Parts: sequence; structure tokens; C-alpha cells
Amino acid sequence: MLSDIKTQELARKVRVHAVKMVNKGGSSHIGSVLSIVDILAALYGRVMQYRSNEPKWVNRDRFILSKGHAGAGVYAVLAECGFFNIAELGKHYQDGSIFSGHVSHKGVPGVELSTGSLGHGLPVASGMALAAKIDKKSHKIFVVMSDGELDEGSNWEAFMFASHHELSNLTAIIDRNKLQSMKTTEETLSLEPLRDKLIAFGWNVIEVDGHNHNELFSALDSDTKKPKVIIANTIKGKGVSFMENEISWHYRTPKGELFDQAMKDLGEKT
Amino acid sequence: MRDALMKSLFMLAEKDPNVMLLTGDLGYGVFEEFEKKYPKQYLNIGVAEQNMMGIAAGLALEGKIIFTYSIGNFSTLRCLEQIRNDACYHELNINIVATGGGFSYGGLGMSHHATEDLAIMRALPGVTVVSPCTEREVELATVELSLRKGVGYLRIDKTKAELKSDSDDFKIGRARTLVKGTDYTIFVTGGIAEEAVKASKILEESKISLNVVSIHTLKPLDARFIQNEIKSKKGIVVIEEGVLIGGLGSSICELCVDSGITINNFKRLGIDDHYSSEVGSQEFLRDKYKLNSRAIVKEVLKFVNK
Repeated sequence: MLSDIKTQELARKVRVHAVKMVNKGGSSHIGSVLSIVDILAALYGRVMQYRSNEPKWVNRDRFILSKGHAGAGVYAVLAECGFFNIAELGKHYQDGSIFSGHVSHKGVPGVELSTGSLGHGLPVASGMALAAKIDKKSHKIFVVMSDGELDEGSNWEAFMFASHHELSNLTAIIDRNKLQSMKTTEETLSLEPLRDKLIAFGWNVIEVDGHNHNELFSALDSDTKKPKVIIANTIKGKGVSFMENEISWHYRTPKGELFDQAMKDLGEKT
Repeated sequence: MRDALMKSLFMLAEKDPNVMLLTGDLGYGVFEEFEKKYPKQYLNIGVAEQNMMGIAAGLALEGKIIFTYSIGNFSTLRCLEQIRNDACYHELNINIVATGGGFSYGGLGMSHHATEDLAIMRALPGVTVVSPCTEREVELATVELSLRKGVGYLRIDKTKAELKSDSDDFKIGRARTLVKGTDYTIFVTGGIAEEAVKASKILEESKISLNVVSIHTLKPLDARFIQNEIKSKKGIVVIEEGVLIGGLGSSICELCVDSGITINNFKRLGIDDHYSSEVGSQEFLRDKYKLNSRAIVKEVLKFVNK
């Protein structure tokens, strides 16, 4: 279990890896990755129980990235936490690589579910949570979703299901960066009042600063009798000055001077 | 066919507590006893097929053996991407059951005509596609699918082939001869086999001998058996209660082209590129789309009189 300072450093390293991976691969979605890095660091650095040398350890907590386009962040945090060699990250988005832009489980230790099409993670996580209840297992299931992803109706089917079946071992974390593919969530298909909606669906709703590790720890660790959803208020592109709150970084690849600037912002030498 | 499905599900659930039946709020009058007997192995997900398939994947990832159930297109097309990404890509033991194959629910309208399911499910990598024609086939397919790795699709129907006696000679991926004959072969999948059996009786009176074969497994196809039939008979008719594109007839055409076999007398009976806006009983719609014993007889006589 890492302290706040150590999970901050884990997050910084993951951000550096992710920017390098996207730079080398010429891929996109870096803004979406940077948005959730602190959540990943809190989960893998402190909250979740797992064995990196035994990825299928039966009592491990399960993690699902429903917003699969932020897969680079998951690969990076898994590598940093010892699931596989950090050098493997250099294969991201390369020809013939298994490290796809959207997260894939095949051949990648620690990835529970391949995603990429939105609205898939919460139903599967609910099934896993139900299985744990049936089998009287005490592990937990965590799923990170994007806010834009909440446009998908399948999520609301699962929100209903999880509360109906009292899946208290299930935690959904909504990456509330308020930006989706083309405009803000509120301009596209308004989500607000999101907290009220989720309460109405029978979930225990906690709102935090999604970049404040102590707030994340306390929300993630809190006991609940209902399924728990954490609305993590985040900044898309967090940590790289020119990417923050800029929709274009859903698509662009940091190259040249911009890459150097990103590394500088993240306290990394180039 | 549902009774046969339930017979096997009871047996499987009794033997293995990991076997679970999930329904999208359908099965009134069918599942109550199962729910009562195996409450922890039964789940009505609600009218939410996408969620049902996601839940199924989550359960299967944790070692459960899943049967999902709904009617018509709801268990397949409504949640096709969940089947593709969550179930198939993860190679999970999820067996999708659709009742109401073809025009079983003919009167309910096009939403309930399950006519593209076989073609679409067949296109998904790794899926075992089974469309039995008798209750015994359903019973045995259900058991075999539960033991088989990966995703299975089981299409059942309101009709079934009436045979003098049905054997246990069933294995997924192996064609099964229903009526032995020497002149022409009818390849059929699903309950519409009853029409092929009828056609064989009609032609028997004219001393034309039909071999009626149930291709209950569309994937993997029993290639060798089909090739041998094509080589040893005077002609082939394929009949299926679904679209011609991508179904059983297409599979056989692909097989022939890929293996360099030419067929002189060959006819596919199925639904052309079309949705039926007309409703009616299964019998009525089969007749409208020339999918019955009369149509088979007509096609075989064309071969004979060529």
C-alpha cells in the first residue's frame, strides 16, 4: 500500500509513459488517459488487492476500464506495478503489437476485460460482482467509466440491475471531465443533475476531486451497502498544460516541441 | 422444443451449480419450476438484452456456465456487439438460446421474424451455431454446448421433424440423416425439417428416393459429409427458414467453391433479400415464401425432368 506521495509519483510515471506511448505510436486519446491517471494510481497504488506475479489470483480485486480508449493508462500502470516489463510499453500501437489503442486482455497480464466500444464495462462488472456474491467471495470490482459514455443506454440498464441486486461489492468511478468527443457533455446530451440521477437509480453516490488522491482513497475505501459510484471531477489532459480542458487532445498526438513541453510539464527529462 | 431444452437444463443445473439460466424477461410458464428449484442459478435480468449479455460475460469470466434466453431477435441482434466483444472475444462459455426461429411467431410481425440470425451468428468467429430439428437434437445439443468451449448459439423453433423414431446419434458438427434415400439429398436446418420429411414421403409414391439430412450445426459445418452427399447424389436441395444470404445454403455454396466441387442440380430454398410485412401462421408464411414440402417436391421434379 503506497502513501499519497508515492501514489502521486506512480501517477506521474504513468502520465510520462502514456505520453511517450502515444507519441511513439502516433495514437490519440491522450487527454482521456491523463484524465483518469490519478484514479488508476489510487486503485493500483493503494486500494486494490492483487498479486502482479499471479495476475489470476482468485481473491484479487477486479478492475475494468470501460472507457477502453484510455488503455495506454492501464498498460502503463500495470507495467509500473510489475505485471509485465516496462519495456513492453514501447510496443503500444506498433504493427503486430498486442498493446492496442483500446485496452485488450489477450496476452496482457492484469487486464480483465477488453473494451473499446462504450457502454460495455458496467454490465460485465455487474456480472462479476454478482458472481462474487453468489460464490461468497469478498473481493471487489472497480470499473472506470467516462462521462460521455453515459449516453449509452446499456449503462443505465446496469445501474438499475446493480442496485436491484444490491451489489455492494461494485464501485463505478465516473471520469467527470465534462468533455466528450466533440463538445461538452452538457452541450451534447446533458447529464446533469448526474448525482440526483444516480441516487434515483439506487446507488451510493460520492463526489470527489478526481485528482486528489486522499479524496479518492477515502471514497474508494468507504463502506457501502449499495453499489457505489464515485463522480470523480477531473480535467481532461490533466498534468500537461496545453492539453488541459482541450477537446482536440482527444485526437491529437504530441510531437516535437509539444512532446518536449509535455515531458517538462510532467517533470521528466527528454 | 422448449420442453427439451428445459429437460437438459434441469439435468445440467442439478449436476453443476455453476450452470446458470438468464432470461430477458421471457419464458412465462416455462421457467417457474426451474427458478423454484434452482433459485441461485436463475436470473431474470429484465427487458434488457444488452445488459443480459454483459452480465453473462461477467459471470462467465468468473467460471459460470451460462445460458441466456429470449425470443426471436432479442437474444442475438439486440445485443450483437455484447456477444461479439464481451462473449466471443473473451471465448466465454455462454450459450445463447433463441426461441421462435424463422416464422415461429409469424403473426407477431417482422420484429419477431427471426430470419437473419443464423447468417449473422455464423459470421462471428468461434461461435458454434446449432439449429436442431427434433426435440432429441435440442436436448443433446444443450448438453453438448454446456461442455463446449466458447460461445454457442442454439436456435429453437415451434415446429419439429416428426420421425418414426429418433436416435441419440447426435454430435455437434456432424450431419444427421433423418430419412435414408438414394436419389437426391435435402439438406435442412431447424424445425422446417418437417417439410423435408413430408416431401420425402410424397416423392416416395413416385419412386423418387430422398435422403433428408439435418445439418443441425451450421458452424462448424460437416464438410466431408456434405461433400460426399453432393458427389454421390443426383441433386441437392437446401431448405432453411431464414434469409438466403449467409445461411446454410450459402455455407454449402462456399464449401463447394472452396473445395472445387461442381453441382449440376442444386437449389437453395430460403427467404430472398426481403422482410415480410405480411403476417400469418408459420405454415402460411412458409407457403408464401415457398419453404415447404410442396416447394421441395417441385424443385426435385425439375431435376428429374431436366
